[in-house]
Amino acid sequence: MNVPDDLHYTASHEWIRQEGENARVGITDHAQAELTDVVYVELPKVGANVEARSPIAVVESVKAASDIYAPVKGTVVEVNKALESNPALINTDPFGEGWIFLLKMASPGDLKELKDPAAYRTAIG
Amino acid sequence: MPVQYSGIVDEHQAVRKNVGVFDISHMGQLIATGADAGIWLNEMLTNDLAKLDIGTGQYTFLLNERGGVIDDLIVYHTAPEEFLLVVNASRTEEDLAWLRRNLFHGVDLVNRSESYAALAIQGPRVLELFAIFFGKEATAPTRNQIADYEYEGINLTIARTGYTGEDGFEVFFPAKDAALVWNRVLENGKPLGIKPCGLGARDTLRLEMCYPLNGSDLSPDHNPIEAGLGFFVELKKPKFVGREVLARVREEGPPRRLVPFRMTGKAPPPRPHYSVFCRSERVGEATSGTLSPSLNYGIGMTYVPTPQAKVGTELEIEIRGQKFPAVIEKKPFYKKS
Repeated sequence: MNVPDDLHYTASHEWIRQEGENARVGITDHAQAELTDVVYVELPKVGANVEARSPIAVVESVKAASDIYAPVKGTVVEVNKALESNPALINTDPFGEGWIFLLKMASPGDLKELKDPAAYRTAIG
Repeated sequence: MPVQYSGIVDEHQAVRKNVGVFDISHMGQLIATGADAGIWLNEMLTNDLAKLDIGTGQYTFLLNERGGVIDDLIVYHTAPEEFLLVVNASRTEEDLAWLRRNLFHGVDLVNRSESYAALAIQGPRVLELFAIFFGKEATAPTRNQIADYEYEGINLTIARTGYTGEDGFEVFFPAKDAALVWNRVLENGKPLGIKPCGLGARDTLRLEMCYPLNGSDLSPDHNPIEAGLGFFVELKKPKFVGREVLARVREEGPPRRLVPFRMTGKAPPPRPHYSVFCRSERVGEATSGTLSPSLNYGIGMTYVPTPQAKVGTELEIEIRGQKFPAVIEKKPFYKKS
């Protein structure tokens, strides 16, 4: 499974890329492989203030609906509209075109609470 | 059986286009034997067993006295005084208890579920696979027939039945040979594009055909007539458990009916237990639901009051607090082109 070294991770299989004071969030290669066939994405609302670990989006595969959590406290500043017409981007390019939302972090220091790539690799075995 | 191997859509397409294999060893297998086994079963089950020639099977129901569904199953007449009942895994113990409580003297009922395995091999190329196993000259059972075959010293009981809407076989054999048979099916099926398939694809395939799932679309509180399955209830039989109730339901018409619906706009896939509305009134909940991999829209089933149970009736499905439009469809959703 692909676990890029320049990202942070959560136990609920989101990846987080720090872009200054923003955090770009998607689901990991491992998560998309488990879900397979993503068919619908419910995006968060731009401008929403969200708490760490609160469910703010939903990714649906044929198999199940899965909540996507805010990794840290912040404000949603952008969402990936391309997923509305092409949800399968999450399967084909989970770390790139398949990103889900961009969060302006309340405190970028919160990223320290997340898993590093080695810890995430261990978590998914 | 896992939910999926390579992915639900991939497995689903393999069954629609080529062939797929499901490990259905979890299903219950009961054997009834004795001179009166047929007479007894005909009083326990809704379909007419007298129509069953030796070497054939039929879909049927085991009902409680209220006419509610304990289980839906296939009964095969395997020998003059022998019947094989293939029942839902989750209902095996309940079926057994009910059947044993009502057993005729001189009829023997054995649960062989633990010692027997089963595979469902389904898809348009399944006859090619049969020929790889048994040679081009071998005769396969026809629709609903069942027969014994020998392969590498293993006795395989093969029925031309399934739960996918495709041509297919269900194969029963001793559990000790399960790994060998499973591996041979995958090896021999390789040139045909065979895929191992899981519960996820089993659900999408059966739902595209509007085949009911017991515990979801059927329950002890629902009878086969309101589920639209009266075809498998023979009211001309003088006696079977639930007959009086069903005769009344047939005469008066059921107050509600199981109907198939499809999502009409862009919407998340419907799933079991989502609330269903008709003209802003909550009429029930989805009993089944998924995204149809063949049709690429959401499909499901639900019970609605009979006056609304018409093709074209508009419904709304509530998904995470938001209502999405749907419409009652004709069954099945999927028709072979």
